[in-house]
Amino acid sequence: MAAALAVRGLVKRYGRVEALAGVDLDVEQGELVGLLGPNGAGKSTLVKIACGLVRPSRGSADILGSPAGSPAARAALGYLAELFRFPGWYTADEVLGLHQSLARSRGGERERTELLELVDLAGARDRKVDAMSKGMQQRLGIAQALVGDPKLLLLDEPTSALDPVGRRTVRELLERLRGRGISVLLNSHLLSEIELVCDRVTILLRGEVVAAGAPSDLARPRGVEIETDEATLMYEAAGREDVPQLVADLVAAGRNVYGVSVLRSTLEDVYLDAVGGESS
Amino acid sequence: MKAVWTIVRYGLEEALRRKVFAVVLLLTLGFLGLFWLGNHYAFKDLSGIGQPAGIDARDFAGSFIFGLAMFATLFLGVVLAIFLTLGAVRGDADRGLLQPLVVRPIGRTTFLVARFLGTVGVAGPYVLAVYFASMLITGLTGHWWPDRIVTPGLELAAAVALIAAISLLGSVFLTATANGIAVFMVFGAGLVAGLLGSIGHALNSHTLQHASKIAAYVVPVEALYQDALRQITADTTGLTQFVLELGPFGGAFIGGWQVRVWAVAYLGLVAAIALVGFARKDL
Repeated sequence: MAAALAVRGLVKRYGRVEALAGVDLDVEQGELVGLLGPNGAGKSTLVKIACGLVRPSRGSADILGSPAGSPAARAALGYLAELFRFPGWYTADEVLGLHQSLARSRGGERERTELLELVDLAGARDRKVDAMSKGMQQRLGIAQALVGDPKLLLLDEPTSALDPVGRRTVRELLERLRGRGISVLLNSHLLSEIELVCDRVTILLRGEVVAAGAPSDLARPRGVEIETDEATLMYEAAGREDVPQLVADLVAAGRNVYGVSVLRSTLEDVYLDAVGGESS
Repeated sequence: MKAVWTIVRYGLEEALRRKVFAVVLLLTLGFLGLFWLGNHYAFKDLSGIGQPAGIDARDFAGSFIFGLAMFATLFLGVVLAIFLTLGAVRGDADRGLLQPLVVRPIGRTTFLVARFLGTVGVAGPYVLAVYFASMLITGLTGHWWPDRIVTPGLELAAAVALIAAISLLGSVFLTATANGIAVFMVFGAGLVAGLLGSIGHALNSHTLQHASKIAAYVVPVEALYQDALRQITADTTGLTQFVLELGPFGGAFIGGWQVRVWAVAYLGLVAAIALVGFARKDL
């Protein structure tokens, strides 16, 4: 079974600037992969190559076995750009109708209704884009990306303009899409969001992959914290398997134990270790 | 085909919302009103003018004033074509409007061809409508009709189609503002070359005539316009013809089937460069 997205040795140069320096990445079918990295790491370039907007200098990107940018590849994907706009005079329904025509979708009104409900915009069906908040436009953008039942979704910062409720809506939507077998490559700066929904993450730095894997595999133990009647004690070298002995020793020493936490690094710690504090 | 129609409609709706059509319609009505007024007074005074020997005053006045209308028609058509296309690629890409469209299966070639067809589908009939309206005004007011009725109008429409193609080509590489300026300058340069040719014809300067001819072929919009002017007095002879050929309106010395063949080849060349350029462009 071909991967939803298979990237091999991808290089992109803009003059002397090397945006991508040989990236390998796979998104399997039904998998949700997060793409992380500081500004200028090459995340958007990678997504743009995958959807055929940018030509690679070297290497390949295949969508379900078809070269990125080919009609078959374009027919299989949905894309939400980081900086996008829809014509302000179109209503939400008309935007989806336009993309249905271009994607040759036969979903008709039923598909538009379903997509608007999915992104919580059913009540704004006839509202013009100009009269929508940035967050509503972003949710409409996600609905647009889902027109035509794509097999792979490429989302470039899909929640940057959303409030916490909107982010939660998108998170739940992504989980539902995974349930339907749709693959997603999610490019986002919101680490907590990626940690919550993604099966795997890839961290880019200066056009290269510096870390990749499941969030739980990337996280490392950070010790055990035990709350007693006298103080909160930190055992940095200890792991989960050491907890029974540590508690037993404390109780034997006459302490009362009120809580135990096995600490692991968060995705944020992993990210900061990988990029070395680089922000742009 | 459905995708082509979708993009055509998309481009035209954008022009409608931006009031491009409203501005062009107002300009056109203003022009036709003034043109009728000009015809009315020109032909009213014609009988009082002492006719120079060898010159048919009605032929001269009719073709000259109708030639002026052809220039205005071309200019209005060019304005419409440029405003419908100047930001079609880079302008829309810079604003984030283009990317969601071209990642769809329609592809870039279909997109560009549809934008061209949409523009020509509006600007072509518009040019023909203004051309025939002007002809009716001159014909009914001054009782003068051009020697060729349809061909000059078609050549003006073809010239506008060429401008649309050049503007779409420019939109692949230039921002909307830079492209608009560049295409207007190309159009203006062609007109200046045509005027220089007329001066060269009057002075019998072969060098100027040759330079003008080259310029007209480099920008065949001008060559088509010159040929259209030549057509309206194709059967006029003698001193009237000679004076009219001195220009700037009513007659010309550049023309013939070579101009039309070259215009078609030029359109193909511009289209090919635009399509290849767009296909290779990073968005």
